[in-house]
Amino acid sequence: MVQGEAEKSGHIVPYGTYVYVWVALLLLLALTIVVAKVELSKYGVFVNLLIASIKAGLVLFFFMHLKYERWLLKAMLFMVIATLTAVIALFFADVMFR
Amino acid sequence: MEKSGEQRDHIGAKYGMWFFLFTEILFFGGMFILYSVYRAKYAHDFHLAAAEENLLLGSINTAVLLTSSLAIALSISAVKNGNYRLSVKLQTATVLMGLAFLVIKYFEWTDKISKGIYPDSPVLLKISAGQILFFGLYYVMTGLHGLHVLIGIVVISFMIYFTRAGDITSENFSKLENTGLYWHFVDIVWIYLFPLFYLIT
Repeated sequence: MVQGEAEKSGHIVPYGTYVYVWVALLLLLALTIVVAKVELSKYGVFVNLLIASIKAGLVLFFFMHLKYERWLLKAMLFMVIATLTAVIALFFADVMFR
Repeated sequence: MEKSGEQRDHIGAKYGMWFFLFTEILFFGGMFILYSVYRAKYAHDFHLAAAEENLLLGSINTAVLLTSSLAIALSISAVKNGNYRLSVKLQTATVLMGLAFLVIKYFEWTDKISKGIYPDSPVLLKISAGQILFFGLYYVMTGLHGLHVLIGIVVISFMIYFTRAGDITSENFSKLENTGLYWHFVDIVWIYLFPLFYLIT
Protein backbone atom coordinates (compact mmCIF):
# COMPACT_ATOMS: atom_id res chain seq x y z
CA MET A 1 0.00 0.00 0.00
CA VAL A 2 1.53 3.31 -1.08
CA GLN A 3 1.23 5.84 1.71
CA GLY A 4 0.97 8.79 -0.66
CA GLU A 5 -2.25 7.68 -2.31
CA ALA A 6 -3.79 7.04 1.08
CA GLU A 7 -5.05 10.60 1.44
CA LYS A 8 -7.10 10.47 -1.74
CA SER A 9 -10.77 10.12 -0.99
CA GLY A 10 -11.37 8.02 -4.08
CA HIS A 11 -8.75 5.48 -3.03
CA ILE A 12 -9.76 1.98 -4.08
CA VAL A 13 -8.89 -0.86 -1.72
CA PRO A 14 -7.93 -3.98 -3.72
CA TYR A 15 -10.30 -6.94 -3.42
CA GLY A 16 -7.44 -9.07 -2.06
CA THR A 17 -6.91 -6.83 0.97
CA TYR A 18 -10.53 -7.29 2.00
CA VAL A 19 -10.35 -11.06 1.54
CA TYR A 20 -7.20 -11.27 3.73
CA VAL A 21 -8.93 -9.23 6.45
CA TRP A 22 -11.98 -11.52 6.24
CA VAL A 23 -9.77 -14.64 6.63
CA ALA A 24 -8.11 -13.03 9.66
CA LEU A 25 -11.55 -12.26 11.15
CA LEU A 26 -12.70 -15.87 10.75
CA LEU A 27 -9.46 -17.18 12.30
CA LEU A 28 -9.95 -14.83 15.27
CA LEU A 29 -13.55 -16.08 15.58
CA ALA A 30 -12.26 -19.67 15.77
CA LEU A 31 -9.61 -18.59 18.30
CA THR A 32 -12.12 -16.83 20.54
CA ILE A 33 -14.33 -19.97 20.66
CA VAL A 34 -11.30 -22.13 21.51
CA VAL A 35 -10.26 -19.72 24.28
CA ALA A 36 -13.78 -19.88 25.74
CA LYS A 37 -13.84 -23.69 25.59
CA VAL A 38 -10.37 -24.17 27.11
CA GLU A 39 -11.37 -21.96 30.04
CA LEU A 40 -8.41 -19.90 31.09
CA SER A 41 -10.29 -19.26 34.33
CA LYS A 42 -10.41 -15.53 35.06
CA TYR A 43 -8.39 -14.48 32.05
CA GLY A 44 -10.71 -16.03 29.45
CA VAL A 45 -13.04 -13.03 29.57
CA PHE A 46 -10.23 -10.54 29.10
CA VAL A 47 -8.63 -12.56 26.30
CA ASN A 48 -11.99 -12.79 24.51
CA LEU A 49 -12.64 -9.06 24.88
CA LEU A 50 -9.12 -8.43 23.57
CA ILE A 51 -9.80 -10.67 20.56
CA ALA A 52 -13.14 -8.87 20.00
CA SER A 53 -11.28 -5.55 20.02
CA ILE A 54 -8.72 -6.81 17.50
CA LYS A 55 -11.61 -7.94 15.26
CA ALA A 56 -13.34 -4.57 15.69
CA GLY A 57 -10.04 -2.86 14.86
CA LEU A 58 -9.66 -4.86 11.64
CA VAL A 59 -13.22 -3.97 10.60
CA LEU A 60 -12.65 -0.29 11.47
CA PHE A 61 -9.27 0.12 9.81
CA PHE A 62 -9.85 -1.89 6.64
CA PHE A 63 -13.56 -2.46 5.97
CA MET A 64 -14.49 1.01 7.25
CA HIS A 65 -11.49 2.54 5.50
CA LEU A 66 -10.18 4.27 8.63
CA LYS A 67 -6.57 3.37 7.74
CA TYR A 68 -6.85 5.59 4.69
CA GLU A 69 -8.63 8.52 6.37
CA ARG A 70 -7.17 11.77 7.60
CA TRP A 71 -5.88 12.07 11.19
CA LEU A 72 -8.83 14.34 12.07
CA LEU A 73 -11.38 11.53 11.70
CA LYS A 74 -9.14 9.11 13.63
CA ALA A 75 -8.77 11.68 16.41
CA MET A 76 -12.53 12.22 16.62
CA LEU A 77 -13.21 8.49 16.82
CA PHE A 78 -10.51 8.17 19.48
CA MET A 79 -12.23 10.89 21.53
CA VAL A 80 -15.57 9.08 21.32
CA ILE A 81 -14.03 5.80 22.48
CA ALA A 82 -12.05 7.60 25.21
CA THR A 83 -15.27 9.26 26.42
CA LEU A 84 -17.06 5.91 26.56
CA THR A 85 -14.11 4.34 28.40
CA ALA A 86 -14.05 7.19 30.92
CA VAL A 87 -17.80 6.85 31.54
CA ILE A 88 -17.43 3.08 32.05
CA ALA A 89 -14.56 3.67 34.52
CA LEU A 90 -16.52 6.32 36.45
CA PHE A 91 -19.58 4.08 36.49
CA PHE A 92 -17.59 1.21 37.95
CA ALA A 93 -15.92 3.47 40.52
CA ASP A 94 -19.38 4.62 41.59
CA VAL A 95 -20.82 1.11 41.83
CA MET A 96 -17.81 -0.46 43.57
CA PHE A 97 -17.20 2.19 46.24
CA ARG A 98 -20.80 2.94 47.04
CA MET B 1 -31.97 17.64 -16.17
CA GLU B 2 -28.33 18.12 -17.03
CA LYS B 3 -26.22 17.44 -13.97
CA SER B 4 -23.14 19.39 -15.07
CA GLY B 5 -23.56 22.07 -12.41
CA GLU B 6 -24.01 19.57 -9.58
CA GLN B 7 -21.76 20.00 -6.56
CA ARG B 8 -20.88 17.06 -4.39
CA ASP B 9 -19.17 17.00 -1.03
CA HIS B 10 -17.98 13.44 -0.73
CA ILE B 11 -15.86 14.08 2.37
CA GLY B 12 -18.64 16.00 4.10
CA ALA B 13 -21.12 13.20 3.44
CA LYS B 14 -18.71 10.65 4.86
CA TYR B 15 -17.96 12.72 7.99
CA GLY B 16 -21.68 13.20 8.53
CA MET B 17 -22.14 9.45 8.51
CA TRP B 18 -19.27 9.02 10.98
CA PHE B 19 -20.87 11.58 13.32
CA PHE B 20 -24.06 9.54 13.25
CA LEU B 21 -22.04 6.41 14.03
CA PHE B 22 -20.42 8.21 17.00
CA THR B 23 -23.89 8.65 18.49
CA GLU B 24 -24.59 4.97 17.78
CA ILE B 25 -21.39 3.98 19.62
CA LEU B 26 -22.57 5.89 22.70
CA PHE B 27 -26.10 4.48 22.31
CA PHE B 28 -24.91 0.87 22.37
CA GLY B 29 -22.17 1.85 24.84
CA GLY B 30 -24.80 2.68 27.44
CA MET B 31 -26.17 -0.85 27.24
CA PHE B 32 -22.67 -2.32 27.42
CA ILE B 33 -22.10 -0.34 30.64
CA LEU B 34 -25.32 -1.76 32.08
CA TYR B 35 -24.23 -5.26 31.07
CA SER B 36 -20.76 -4.95 32.62
CA VAL B 37 -22.00 -3.53 35.92
CA TYR B 38 -24.60 -6.29 36.36
CA ARG B 39 -22.10 -8.88 35.15
CA ALA B 40 -19.68 -7.75 37.87
CA LYS B 41 -22.45 -7.88 40.46
CA TYR B 42 -24.00 -11.22 39.43
CA ALA B 43 -21.04 -13.05 37.84
CA HIS B 44 -22.25 -16.50 38.88
CA ASP B 45 -25.83 -15.98 37.68
CA PHE B 46 -24.60 -14.69 34.33
CA HIS B 47 -22.49 -17.84 33.87
CA LEU B 48 -25.47 -20.05 34.70
CA ALA B 49 -27.86 -18.20 32.39
CA ALA B 50 -25.38 -18.12 29.49
CA ALA B 51 -25.54 -21.94 29.39
CA GLU B 52 -28.95 -21.44 27.71
CA GLU B 53 -27.25 -19.80 24.72
CA ASN B 54 -26.70 -21.88 21.61
CA LEU B 55 -22.97 -21.52 20.87
CA LEU B 56 -23.22 -23.18 17.44
CA LEU B 57 -25.96 -20.84 16.19
CA GLY B 58 -24.18 -17.83 17.70
CA SER B 59 -20.90 -18.78 15.99
CA ILE B 60 -22.61 -19.36 12.63
CA ASN B 61 -24.30 -15.97 12.92
CA THR B 62 -20.97 -14.30 13.66
CA ALA B 63 -19.42 -15.90 10.58
CA VAL B 64 -22.45 -14.90 8.47
CA LEU B 65 -22.23 -11.28 9.58
CA LEU B 66 -18.44 -11.08 9.08
CA THR B 67 -18.85 -12.51 5.57
CA SER B 68 -21.66 -10.05 4.77
CA SER B 69 -19.32 -7.25 5.85
CA LEU B 70 -16.74 -8.56 3.37
CA ALA B 71 -19.38 -8.59 0.61
CA ILE B 72 -20.45 -4.96 1.13
CA ALA B 73 -16.80 -3.82 1.37
CA LEU B 74 -16.04 -5.59 -1.94
CA SER B 75 -19.17 -4.08 -3.53
CA ILE B 76 -17.80 -0.57 -2.85
CA SER B 77 -14.46 -1.41 -4.47
CA ALA B 78 -16.41 -2.90 -7.40
CA VAL B 79 -18.42 0.33 -7.87
CA LYS B 80 -15.23 2.42 -7.73
CA ASN B 81 -13.75 0.10 -10.38
CA GLY B 82 -16.85 0.67 -12.53
CA ASN B 83 -17.93 -2.98 -12.24
CA TYR B 84 -21.59 -2.31 -11.42
CA ARG B 85 -22.90 -5.81 -12.15
CA LEU B 86 -20.46 -7.35 -9.68
CA SER B 87 -21.37 -4.67 -7.14
CA VAL B 88 -25.09 -5.46 -7.43
CA LYS B 89 -24.34 -9.17 -6.93
CA LEU B 90 -22.25 -8.45 -3.84
CA GLN B 91 -24.89 -6.12 -2.39
CA THR B 92 -27.53 -8.79 -3.00
CA ALA B 93 -25.32 -11.32 -1.21
CA THR B 94 -25.04 -8.90 1.73
CA VAL B 95 -28.84 -8.60 1.94
CA LEU B 96 -29.26 -12.40 1.77
CA MET B 97 -26.70 -12.93 4.55
CA GLY B 98 -28.40 -10.25 6.64
CA LEU B 99 -31.69 -12.11 6.20
CA ALA B 100 -29.99 -15.42 7.11
CA PHE B 101 -28.72 -13.76 10.30
CA LEU B 102 -32.25 -12.69 11.23
CA VAL B 103 -33.72 -16.13 10.45
CA ILE B 104 -31.15 -17.79 12.75
CA LYS B 105 -31.90 -15.15 15.40
CA TYR B 106 -35.60 -15.97 15.03
CA PHE B 107 -34.92 -19.65 15.76
CA GLU B 108 -32.83 -18.75 18.82
CA TRP B 109 -35.53 -16.48 20.20
CA THR B 110 -38.43 -18.88 19.56
CA ASP B 111 -36.41 -21.69 21.18
CA LYS B 112 -35.96 -19.56 24.32
CA ILE B 113 -39.59 -18.45 24.35
CA SER B 114 -40.77 -22.08 24.01
CA LYS B 115 -38.67 -22.87 27.09
CA GLY B 116 -40.59 -20.17 28.93
CA ILE B 117 -37.78 -17.62 28.89
CA TYR B 118 -39.39 -14.27 28.11
CA PRO B 119 -40.01 -11.14 30.19
CA ASP B 120 -42.26 -11.76 33.21
CA SER B 121 -42.69 -15.47 32.38
CA PRO B 122 -43.49 -17.91 35.23
CA VAL B 123 -40.16 -19.69 34.57
CA LEU B 124 -38.12 -16.49 34.82
CA LEU B 125 -39.84 -15.24 37.95
CA LYS B 126 -38.67 -18.37 39.80
CA ILE B 127 -34.95 -18.00 39.04
CA SER B 128 -32.41 -15.63 40.56
CA ALA B 129 -32.33 -11.88 39.87
CA GLY B 130 -28.99 -12.09 38.05
CA GLN B 131 -30.31 -14.63 35.56
CA ILE B 132 -33.41 -12.53 34.92
CA LEU B 133 -31.14 -9.54 34.24
CA PHE B 134 -29.01 -11.61 31.85
CA PHE B 135 -32.01 -12.61 29.75
CA GLY B 136 -33.44 -9.10 29.90
CA LEU B 137 -30.17 -7.67 28.60
CA TYR B 138 -29.99 -10.46 26.02
CA TYR B 139 -33.39 -9.59 24.57
CA VAL B 140 -32.83 -5.83 24.63
CA MET B 141 -29.30 -5.88 23.19
CA THR B 142 -29.74 -8.56 20.53
CA GLY B 143 -33.20 -7.11 19.78
CA LEU B 144 -31.86 -3.61 19.14
CA HIS B 145 -28.96 -5.08 17.20
CA GLY B 146 -31.42 -7.13 15.14
CA LEU B 147 -33.42 -3.96 14.45
CA HIS B 148 -30.21 -2.36 13.13
CA VAL B 149 -29.63 -5.40 10.89
CA LEU B 150 -33.19 -5.06 9.57
CA ILE B 151 -32.71 -1.34 8.85
CA GLY B 152 -29.41 -2.17 7.14
CA ILE B 153 -31.12 -4.74 4.92
CA VAL B 154 -33.76 -2.18 3.85
CA VAL B 155 -31.13 0.51 3.15
CA ILE B 156 -28.88 -1.86 1.17
CA SER B 157 -31.94 -2.94 -0.86
CA PHE B 158 -32.36 0.70 -1.87
CA MET B 159 -28.66 0.83 -2.79
CA ILE B 160 -29.15 -2.17 -5.09
CA TYR B 161 -31.94 -0.22 -6.80
CA PHE B 162 -29.77 2.93 -7.05
CA THR B 163 -26.82 0.99 -8.46
CA ARG B 164 -29.00 -0.69 -11.07
CA ALA B 165 -30.61 2.65 -11.94
CA GLY B 166 -27.17 4.19 -12.54
CA ASP B 167 -27.56 6.56 -9.62
CA ILE B 168 -24.50 5.12 -7.87
CA THR B 169 -21.40 5.30 -10.07
CA SER B 170 -17.61 5.26 -9.84
CA GLU B 171 -17.85 9.07 -9.59
CA ASN B 172 -20.76 9.22 -7.15
CA PHE B 173 -20.67 6.47 -4.54
CA SER B 174 -21.24 8.32 -1.24
CA LYS B 175 -24.62 6.68 -0.64
CA LEU B 176 -23.20 3.18 -0.97
CA GLU B 177 -20.04 3.99 0.99
CA ASN B 178 -22.05 5.41 3.91
CA THR B 179 -24.37 2.39 3.84
CA GLY B 180 -21.27 0.21 4.04
CA LEU B 181 -20.03 2.16 7.09
CA TYR B 182 -23.37 1.56 8.80
CA TRP B 183 -23.33 -2.16 8.00
CA HIS B 184 -19.76 -2.54 9.31
CA PHE B 185 -20.73 -0.73 12.50
CA VAL B 186 -23.60 -3.18 13.05
CA ASP B 187 -21.05 -5.96 12.51
CA ILE B 188 -18.75 -4.47 15.18
CA VAL B 189 -21.60 -4.35 17.71
CA TRP B 190 -22.18 -8.07 17.11
CA ILE B 191 -18.43 -8.76 17.47
CA TYR B 192 -18.78 -7.58 21.09
CA LEU B 193 -22.22 -9.10 21.75
CA PHE B 194 -21.03 -12.57 20.74
CA PRO B 195 -18.38 -13.13 23.49
CA LEU B 196 -20.50 -11.33 26.11
CA PHE B 197 -23.56 -13.55 25.68
CA TYR B 198 -22.32 -16.80 24.15
CA LEU B 199 -18.81 -17.32 25.50
CA ILE B 200 -19.13 -16.87 29.26
CA THR B 201 -20.35 -20.28 30.42
